Amino acid sequence: MKIGKDLVAAAATPMVLGILADGESYGYAILQRVGELSGGELEWSDGMLYPLLHRLERLGHVESSWGASPSGRPRKHYRLSAEGRAAFAEQRRQWSVVSKALQQVWQGREGGTDLFGAPALGGA
Amino acid sequence: MGDDLDAATEQQISTWRTYVSRREAIDGRDVDELEDHLRDEIGRLAASGLDADEAFLVAVKRLGGLDDLSREFAREHSERLWKQLMLADEPAAPRAGGLALAVGLAIGAAIAVKLPALFGIDFADPGDFYPRFLALLILPFVAAYFLVRRRASAATVLVVAAPFVLAAVLMAVYPFQPDAATLVLASAHCAVGLWLVIGIGYVDGRVRSSRARMDFLRFTGEWVVYLALIALGGGVLIALTMGVFAAIGMDAALFVQEWMVPCGVAGAVVVAAWLVEAKQSVIENIAPVLTKLFTPLFTLLLLAFIVAGVVQGFSTASGVEVFGQRDLLILFDVVLVVVVGLLLYAQSARDPLAPPSWFDRMQLVLVAAAIVVDLMVLVAMIGRIAEWGASPNKLASLGLNVILLANLAGAAWLQLRFAMRRAPLERLERWQTGFLPVYLAWAAVVVVVFPPAFGYV
Repeated sequence: MKIGKDLVAAAATPMVLGILADGESYGYAILQRVGELSGGELEWSDGMLYPLLHRLERLGHVESSWGASPSGRPRKHYRLSAEGRAAFAEQRRQWSVVSKALQQVWQGREGGTDLFGAPALGGA
Repeated sequence: MGDDLDAATEQQISTWRTYVSRREAIDGRDVDELEDHLRDEIGRLAASGLDADEAFLVAVKRLGGLDDLSREFAREHSERLWKQLMLADEPAAPRAGGLALAVGLAIGAAIAVKLPALFGIDFADPGDFYPRFLALLILPFVAAYFLVRRRASAATVLVVAAPFVLAAVLMAVYPFQPDAATLVLASAHCAVGLWLVIGIGYVDGRVRSSRARMDFLRFTGEWVVYLALIALGGGVLIALTMGVFAAIGMDAALFVQEWMVPCGVAGAVVVAAWLVEAKQSVIENIAPVLTKLFTPLFTLLLLAFIVAGVVQGFSTASGVEVFGQRDLLILFDVVLVVVVGLLLYAQSARDPLAPPSWFDRMQLVLVAAAIVVDLMVLVAMIGRIAEWGASPNKLASLGLNVILLANLAGAAWLQLRFAMRRAPLERLERWQTGFLPVYLAWAAVVVVVFPPAFGYV
């Protein structure tokens, strides 16, 4: 199953904010985490993460600093700001409303309770 | 680097770096960031059994197509895109087409400005034709340039065209009295308002986007710089024209006044707009230098003025005596407009991710000084209005002053928060770009409401 483009785009911001809520991280590690959390289903081309991170930084949701990787390469680290935390909480509220509503719509139809399991959203 | 990649892969990575660095929208630090990612991915793929070559190819492929990627970066960092303003989907061909279009429209504007001569209306006539219609004869060509270049939708064309038509109708039907102050005001505000309407065409209808509005503000700043440069050249040309013809005993003054100046101005307005788009890499280095040079100087001017004003206020009986003359009040409006313009221009050329620096603190001083000056002018104006009654000029200045004060107050607060690292620059940016509709609305009020409200005097 491949998740549709619009849904991936919509999920990317809360996903990244949520991962950063667990602590400071950097681009590659964030993508690895996205892969783990979604079982590899939620994917976008790797490079696209960076403009997204920069946008979040411009909006003040995340802060960044340059450090070094264990092998000594420059590496840009991101962490959530207080404002980002608020934005994350807000996104979480909104998504839980959407998720709850969708669950109710699907309840009684084949007993499906899997949030993103609907064929209509999956695409092929 | 500390990784154990073989020389061939290192070579591939450095080639890839060069290739990616060529994209204007992706700057050096971003390439570092992407390279860090690429190396991690190569490392992981190699660890899972791919050979170095394959690992490199897969990792690059996973980063995504360079066109898509640089478009995405461009969307986020439009200030870098200054060199190739239309995002990457625009094919390279229109650049040449842009020149032909610009030259055509510039000639069109020059002809439009002289068209009234067919009906016996000369540029230097004391009548009120040119005060009414000058902006309306030139600016549609600038608007047309952007609408054509952006291949604007019918809706955008309509939104841009409607205010032009409306302004033309009003300026044509309002029965202004001879030497009416409201005509001068309406004509100036009409030009400003229509310029902002051109902005709708410039951003191709994306008026809600704060970034797009910032792009338009930057464009406006660059346009002013180019227009000033062209005007300098034009001045030399005029002086030489007068000189060489005077040398053979002919007076070229009439030709200069009736043809060279009007056609030159009309053409220059369009050509400057084209130049900004076509020669961005030239000016890109000028914008930060100009703002860094003039921000401290204007700060000094305002501070010196505040000191002088206070001293003067103490030495004369009434504190507002400094502003005794109406011309001086308007002069200070101009000073404040220039200060706000300088702020906007500096901000539009700034990297939004850079941390606050000395320059931002300097801007804060400039804004604070401008607020003090604005308040001084405001007090003087209200004093004058209370003493002599309202006039269109005074009310127009007052309105502009109040708007600028509101803008500066908000800008000072956000700039302070930014300098203290309490708020991102984006807030300040949104605040400033949010004022564009306010300016447009005020210009519309002065054009539409002022003349009838003051009996067209």
